[in-house]
Amino acid sequence: MNAPASVRHLAPPAGPTRFRHLIRSEWTKLWSLRSTPYALGVGGLVVTGICVNAARSNADRLDHGPLPPPGAGADPAREAAPFAFDALGTAFVDPAWQLLMVLAACLGAAALSGEYATGLARTTFAAVPDRRSVVAAKAFVVTAVLLVFGACVTLTSFGATQALLRDHGGLSLSDPGAARAVVASALLAPVCGLAGLAAGALVRHAAGAAVTVIGVLLLVPALFQGDTYRWVRETGHLLPLDAWVTLVRDPALPVPEKYPATATEAWAVLCAWAAAGLAVAVAAVRHRDV
Amino acid sequence: MDGVIEANALTRRYGAVTAVDRLSFTVRPGRVTGFLGPNGAGKSTTLRMILGLTAPTSGTVTVDGRPFRDRPRGLRHVGALLDAHEVHGGRSARAHLSALAHGNGLPVRRVEEVLGTVGLAAAAGRRIGGFSLGMKQRLGIAAALLGDPPVLLFDEPLNGLDPEGVRWVRGLFRSLAAEGRAVLVSSHLMGEMEHTADDLLVVGRGRVVAAEPLSVFAARGGGTTVVVRTPDPPALADALRAEPGAALRESGDGGWTVTGVSAERVGDLAHAHGVRLHALSARTASLEQVFLELTAEQVEFGVPQPPGPGPGHPVAPLPVSGREESTR
Repeated sequence: MNAPASVRHLAPPAGPTRFRHLIRSEWTKLWSLRSTPYALGVGGLVVTGICVNAARSNADRLDHGPLPPPGAGADPAREAAPFAFDALGTAFVDPAWQLLMVLAACLGAAALSGEYATGLARTTFAAVPDRRSVVAAKAFVVTAVLLVFGACVTLTSFGATQALLRDHGGLSLSDPGAARAVVASALLAPVCGLAGLAAGALVRHAAGAAVTVIGVLLLVPALFQGDTYRWVRETGHLLPLDAWVTLVRDPALPVPEKYPATATEAWAVLCAWAAAGLAVAVAAVRHRDV
Repeated sequence: MDGVIEANALTRRYGAVTAVDRLSFTVRPGRVTGFLGPNGAGKSTTLRMILGLTAPTSGTVTVDGRPFRDRPRGLRHVGALLDAHEVHGGRSARAHLSALAHGNGLPVRRVEEVLGTVGLAAAAGRRIGGFSLGMKQRLGIAAALLGDPPVLLFDEPLNGLDPEGVRWVRGLFRSLAAEGRAVLVSSHLMGEMEHTADDLLVVGRGRVVAAEPLSVFAARGGGTTVVVRTPDPPALADALRAEPGAALRESGDGGWTVTGVSAERVGDLAHAHGVRLHALSARTASLEQVFLELTAEQVEFGVPQPPGPGPGHPVAPLPVSGREESTR
């Protein structure tokens, strides 16, 4: 045995263990990938662009006299009803915000699937054996970044579209329903990000996790449309896309469905998806081998 | 002194396959321990269990008396390089190490220090995806050194390194051990460990085949091999026939090897029978041979041996066919 008495230490002694260290670590990981700023930048511009373009063309048409919406003439029930332009809906054009959901979900999924797919997870969890804290730090960073991103896109989209429609019923934040729609839209991205994180923890494969979460968030809602069966519609209300649609609706306009969800139910659905996403991600990462 | 890593009946099963089978061993500080075994012997699974990445089916393994997974942060306790490819190719070397350092509350200057130690300072800002395997190995070693840990684990660290790199890594392992650290290095090649390890832990099919200092392991080679050249092999075979335990095999290069008898005795017998010898020399079995013989029955993915005399085949009526396996 030729073991010296003690190890010659190069690094300073261990300080206290802090959660903010892990947040800083995850922050570094997220922003050291070039795809992060590009995806958020381009994604934000496209979502805002679609909504602004819709507002601009709507304003253009309304300037030349109020026209009934396309297809309204074919529906005798609606023909009699007075035409009401939905200015708020122009800020929240469905396809644009579904794109934002895809982006947010993929960012969340990549935060975990990227680690598992490359094997980096082993390095990460050998460096920080407390896996629950690692996932919590990831969730924190993903949520914070997507919340800021969602808020920026929402406020830009709302502000720009309603300004363009100022002569045609454009809303301000103090109008009924406007603030609700803005807050719900800002929260949509982080909720989808946490759902993505759960998919990343379960599927562990970059493309597989993305496809899974997109399927759940965007394709499954298509199965629960229509007013034929009440239970089908009510099941559909449990999905975040549906909840968001409920919350961005202008309360001054008639509800276009037979079994609508209430705003309270919709808020609860968004919260539940966020909480469930985090819980599933933590449980899957903790209990499965790396 | 007690071991830093203590495994006690460590077992891991994957369905019907038992990757690690009641493994018990101790890794001591201040020593380089070579962790050897053929492919599929359970080395990587064992290392992952030490790090708490894979949960044992039964048994325990502790580092400094505690299961590693119970520690909130790991880098100051154990530094590990499991697989150099397990990095995100999109990040720079500096960003990769910074993320690890931040998470463990280590000062950022450690990143530049370890990059300098492994010779990657000039490539710090480059994306890891463009690194060669050798550079990735160096990056993995840098990550293991970040927290200045008393225990270091390396899984096949020499893969992809150039000769200069191999020499550097060996020197690094020796100096880490000289500082009192426990260094566990896995390999499937004995030659890689021969000049580096103090202790050997040899496994085959998930079981410990040998756990002892390298010097003790080398002594297992015990019997020497005698290399003979003769123009009249049948006569030599006749001369050896009466000698108990003697075995004669063709070594493939026109020479013959005799096992189970000393060189002196071979010379004496040849002289007594009037057999001409052109060469006669004794050769000590290499560690590689000892290792191969020990693990021969435990090879997981072996190629079936062609029919023919194996090692220790008794002197047969000549001509003897069959080949000497390794007479390096």
